[in-house]
Amino acid sequence: MTVTEQTAAAPAPPSSIAMVRTLGGIAMLSGFLVVLVYQLTLPAILENQRRAIERAVFLVVPGAVSRVDFQLAADGLNRVTEDTEDSPDAIAVYAGFDADGALKGVALEAAAPGYQDVIKLLYGYDPACECITGIYVLKMTETPGLGDKIATDQTFLANFKALDARLSAAGDSLQNAIVTVKNGTKKAPWQIDAISGATVSCKAVGRALNESAHRILPRLQPAVNQLKVEE
Amino acid sequence: MMAPLPNQEEELTPGTFLRGLWEENPVFVMLLGMCPVLAVTNSTLNALAMGLATTFVLVCSSALVSLLRHLIPKQVRIATYIVIIATFVTIVDHVIQAISLDLYNALGAFIQLIVANCIILGRAEAYAAKNRLATTLVNSLGMGAGFTIALLSLGTVREILGSGTLLGYPLFGEHFQTWVVMILPPGGFFVLGAWLLLFSWLQQRRARRITEGEEIRVRGS
Repeated sequence: MTVTEQTAAAPAPPSSIAMVRTLGGIAMLSGFLVVLVYQLTLPAILENQRRAIERAVFLVVPGAVSRVDFQLAADGLNRVTEDTEDSPDAIAVYAGFDADGALKGVALEAAAPGYQDVIKLLYGYDPACECITGIYVLKMTETPGLGDKIATDQTFLANFKALDARLSAAGDSLQNAIVTVKNGTKKAPWQIDAISGATVSCKAVGRALNESAHRILPRLQPAVNQLKVEE
Repeated sequence: MMAPLPNQEEELTPGTFLRGLWEENPVFVMLLGMCPVLAVTNSTLNALAMGLATTFVLVCSSALVSLLRHLIPKQVRIATYIVIIATFVTIVDHVIQAISLDLYNALGAFIQLIVANCIILGRAEAYAAKNRLATTLVNSLGMGAGFTIALLSLGTVREILGSGTLLGYPLFGEHFQTWVVMILPPGGFFVLGAWLLLFSWLQQRRARRITEGEEIRVRGS
């Protein structure tokens, strides 16, 4: 704005039309740009998310080379297709298969409040040995250098190579609740040895696994035969 | 400060670019945009990504504001600037998600918070709204570079001390005891304080040398 324009405009404010025109024009330009970029980046973003899930699934289900998504809803286990509607009650089940199409295990989600915020995990479950085969931290805000070791500490992660998650004889709950115990006191195969200095975060991992396994496995185990590569 | 007077367009000189790097460095001199400076400088990569994202938004929004400066009525200028800035922030948000989800998760909410970064709104109001496109582009690039350099100076120090790595590559042996506090929030304040101390010491020393030099000249004549 030049000096003359400003002095001329000071006594009589500019017409509202000018303001409406400017704001409307900018908003339209903004909307156009945002939609354009959204459209252009969407395929890459979806591909990134797919790869992130795939990487995590293959990590927790050893030996898996392909994955098929299923959904455990009120009406049983269903394959996720493009027309599957997202329902909040449905449980995502990522089944991992080896090159011959044999089921190597499933990846399930678990969550529990940690030291600062919710820790979200993906864990592998092998229906053949009825055990947990690995965990992967999807989201956490644990203290760097202490609690965040749950994602990297090899000794801690070794707890989940074959963590016992057998169902009881009645099949409606876990035979033994999964618990985190103090560092160095693990005795049974369903216990998790905590990292010293990160007890709260380790306990949260144990609680998350126990809750999720308790909720999902009794429903999943009877339907395991439906987990196949082909329809 | 060589900031142009209101309503007076600045000539394009090397100073237009260099001011942002040293004399008017947004972080070390103007102390603006402290929120991302302290929050996302816990690693070199995060600092670099944040700096580049902010520079992109700064340059694009300043350019658009400068182009439209005669069309924007004074009364709605702040609203207009915010819409323009928010647009470019949304663009950056999507582009970073498309480049790398890990990076996106590491930067967290701070990408969206670029909207509220006062460096960008400050540049739009104090510079872009009064200057030609060319000078605005050069000036905002300089400011963006200065901001990125400042973030990197914090990010590298914090990563080296706090994680013992640089850009993820280990620098010391396995037995290096990491200084965890440096990648926690207090570390941001410590390192920022140390850099500010260094810069004001350098400035004082320069000022002292100039006065001493003048005294010698006065005595000699």
